[in-house]
Amino acid sequence: MEDMSRYPLELTGADVPMVRFMNVTKRYGSLTVLDSLDLDVTEGEMVTIIGPSGSGKTTVLRMLMTLETINGGVIYVDGKPLTHMAKNGVLVPADAKYLRRARSSIGMCFQHFNLFPHMTALQNCMEGPVQVLGLSKKEARARSEELLEMVGMIDKKDQHPSRLSGGQQQRVAIARALAMRPKVMLFDEVTSALDPEVIGEVTNVIRKLVSEHNLTMLMVTHQMGFARDISDRICFFFAGKIEEQGPPDALFGSPQRDRTKQFLSAVKEAD
Amino acid sequence: MLDWRWDFTFEIMPRMLWATLNTLMAAGIGYAIAIVLGLVLALAQRTPYRPLTFVVREAVEFIRSTPLVLQIFFVFYVGPQYGVTLSPWVAGMIAIGLHYAAYLSEVYRGGIESVPKGQWEACTALNMSTAQTYFRIIIPQALPLSVAGMGNYLVGIFKDTPMLSVIGVAELMHAANAIGGQHYRYLEPYTIVGVVFLLISLPSAGLIRAFEAWVRRKLGMS
Repeated sequence: MEDMSRYPLELTGADVPMVRFMNVTKRYGSLTVLDSLDLDVTEGEMVTIIGPSGSGKTTVLRMLMTLETINGGVIYVDGKPLTHMAKNGVLVPADAKYLRRARSSIGMCFQHFNLFPHMTALQNCMEGPVQVLGLSKKEARARSEELLEMVGMIDKKDQHPSRLSGGQQQRVAIARALAMRPKVMLFDEVTSALDPEVIGEVTNVIRKLVSEHNLTMLMVTHQMGFARDISDRICFFFAGKIEEQGPPDALFGSPQRDRTKQFLSAVKEAD
Repeated sequence: MLDWRWDFTFEIMPRMLWATLNTLMAAGIGYAIAIVLGLVLALAQRTPYRPLTFVVREAVEFIRSTPLVLQIFFVFYVGPQYGVTLSPWVAGMIAIGLHYAAYLSEVYRGGIESVPKGQWEACTALNMSTAQTYFRIIIPQALPLSVAGMGNYLVGIFKDTPMLSVIGVAELMHAANAIGGQHYRYLEPYTIVGVVFLLISLPSAGLIRAFEAWVRRKLGMS
């Protein structure tokens, strides 16, 4: 058993990060996917995670969304523990009720959109605000229509997902996640399942988010050019650890580590 | 066939038609019980409470592995020994409803399991509760996937209603037996029973397929 007394019950001070991974370990059986990861993301920061497949980059987002359990360490969001809760002065694994409250500030978009197929675009966006946040239908509709407008999908608001292209579905999914007013947005390979000609319509929406909103964002992507353009920081993951990180120009322009160089040149060739 | 008597046929027809209504009612009530109870049994098997999951799982397996007619007798005749005396209708509806609930719970389970994992994850990302996830997202998608199986069991329960005659529920088979016993003629009543079942069962398959298509369209899934 890990000694939990080394983890604070709450992060305090002037520079509390929006997200903190503290010594986080994730294992699937005997396979260690994340190995004692430390990662801070400050409020309003856009951090992009790159790396070879199997390096644990998607796992970082999935753990933050509480889609995966944690095997070691603690994740804090906005200063409060996400994966754990305080009990008798120490942190213990969070129960379902605590998790639900703690993850309410996080939103996520998925590679395969995961829109609800039995609902229209508008209904998809209204579902969370009405059912979870308890907004009136009128308020939820206004909020959802505003967001669908922002992602350029207002004309298709009454269509079901099966009538929409991949790019259109992903834009609705972004609007749906934003309708919950998250503080942290996670983008998990949101362009990987898209046809090349529609990738731009999704990346443009994310660009707009970065420039016009003060959201904290974590993104996993294979679009290196896009990542370089919009990120404040790039983390290169290798074998469950951050091998190298830094501002995009530094990391792409003059990578320091051999593995980073190898990865970037392999990616460049594939482009 | 030379022995077929039309005058007798017409004479017993009103009674047979009346009994047909009872058969339809028995199938309808039994099915309504099975639809709701089946969902309860399916969801109970998905709770994190191990003992409950285990008991329900075993109960479903037990019901599916023993004959319906035994279950009907059991509810009707064993109950009174413990002070639970039920009318034939009530006992019959409990037995047949429970029996088909066990089968329908398996249909629902299959439907729920074929909803993609990403749908559950989207619900978590929207911070929905377990109840909201099931009733707003998962079950509405599992139902269309279950309609074909549910339809088969609707025809099944209808064809199994004659078993209720063993405890005296006045459905078609019971009426045919009674008429046969009174008049010493079995050809006409039993033939009518067969024709009625055929006339109702045959179009059902087509209707169920049409209903399935309608549900899918209604939910925007095709």
